[in-house]
Amino acid sequence: MSAETNTQAAVPAATIESEAADWLMERDSADWNETGQAALDSWLAQSLAHRIAFLRLEATWGRTERLAALRNPDGARPFKARMPVLFAGIAAAAAIVAALGFAGARFVSAPADRVFSTPVGGRELVSFADGSQIELNTDTVLRTHMTTGARTVWIEKGEAYFRVKHDAKSPFVVIAGRRRITDLGTKFFVRRDLGRLEVALIEGSVRYSGGNRRTSELLQPGDDLVAAKETSLTKKTAQELANEIAWRRGVLVFRHTTLADAAAEFNRYNRRQIRIADADAARRTIDGTFLTNDIEAFTDAAQTIFGLKVRGGANTIVISR
Amino acid sequence: MAERPPETSREDANARGAGMTAPEVEAWFVRDVLPLEAVLMQFLHRNWRNKSEIADLRQDVYVRVFEAALQKIPDSPRAFLLATARNLIVDRVRRENVVPIEAIADWEVLARDEPGPDRQIMAREELHRLQAALDRLPPRCHEAVVLRQIEGLSRREIAGRMGISEKTVKRHLADGVRALADMLYGERPDKP
Repeated sequence: MSAETNTQAAVPAATIESEAADWLMERDSADWNETGQAALDSWLAQSLAHRIAFLRLEATWGRTERLAALRNPDGARPFKARMPVLFAGIAAAAAIVAALGFAGARFVSAPADRVFSTPVGGRELVSFADGSQIELNTDTVLRTHMTTGARTVWIEKGEAYFRVKHDAKSPFVVIAGRRRITDLGTKFFVRRDLGRLEVALIEGSVRYSGGNRRTSELLQPGDDLVAAKETSLTKKTAQELANEIAWRRGVLVFRHTTLADAAAEFNRYNRRQIRIADADAARRTIDGTFLTNDIEAFTDAAQTIFGLKVRGGANTIVISR
Repeated sequence: MAERPPETSREDANARGAGMTAPEVEAWFVRDVLPLEAVLMQFLHRNWRNKSEIADLRQDVYVRVFEAALQKIPDSPRAFLLATARNLIVDRVRRENVVPIEAIADWEVLARDEPGPDRQIMAREELHRLQAALDRLPPRCHEAVVLRQIEGLSRREIAGRMGISEKTVKRHLADGVRALADMLYGERPDKP
């Protein structure tokens, strides 16, 4: 075993975890800025132990956000204020009963909360009692909480197309980490990759709120918002947006798309992965419509149009000059 | 248990060229490894006498697993995680000349992949579990976490509501997330 591993315990795990928690809360604060981010990045880069400790707490913190589903829409406190243990007794027992009753109404009613997921290459259309529909693209996980007063969807990863029946009394909210999209009557799609969220509005209007609760945008049809480290907003034509959701018809549409980007798209839908081994080849652009699982059509095009070499294995296909 | 736990140093790994990108490994780690923490902790507790060192051992296991995954994502996270833990303990035992409690007990049993709800906990169970964990936090810490994560108040607002400084709010939140991580990942879901 390497000597390196032996020295890793030099800084106690508890110390690292405590620092990671401080960083996480620092980042969660209202005045978080680029200087802070740079300092955090450098702390994370110092050791894998730092990065793992941070990742673990970040994942925990993200999970607790789901409890926001229990928030009472009237603004009343969802949880009974906890009593000091000394004064437990009858009052506390009553509080526990009240809390359980509340829980029962909110999320024990079975079909209100559900998890939907698709495998790599999968696609699924889900229809809800209110007339809204969600279409899940490849490799997607989302959770839903649908009651008469609140409709909430958490997108864990992947991409989905939403067609929402608007109801002013029951807002439809899509949550991705700390970011949220509130429907105001609409067709839109949301794509969540690691560290990146894309929201594009096809019809109607939605409000987008960023993680720091300061960014808030009312999106218009054709708006394509990408939130990563920075948030950017671009206008797209109806045709461009239609191409982006061509997966609903089982196809990928490329317009002046680089081979690298096209390969990355195919890789979302297939276990067999395409790798472009050559930077020059990766920059070539193609046009065309392909079935999401028709890797051969794509490699054929690379071969015949650009004269590139294609080497195929069971799991990987390498395209090179 | 086909897979070999990591035996190479990071230098060797770099020489061969890393196979996976960091974000891919991070996503895999959160999705497939962290949910196994309860099993890992059970294994470490059974096989290591000095309880004050368990957190350090867990950290070392995670670092080794993460490093290995940067080369190639293991097929069975569970078998790989426990094999890594076992090797780490064997190394320590050799080096420090201590005798483990049960000579690496139940590794084979624990390492068997169990199909089950680990991965796809229904939203309802997840909410129950989160709520139960939250309720076990100390009262002030509990209050701060609820105000932040459920009611979405800013730190300043929480400080005003609780009558404490923003710095103390931050302390409560930091303590809270650490305790929650141990409960949500380090303990079996069925624990009270």
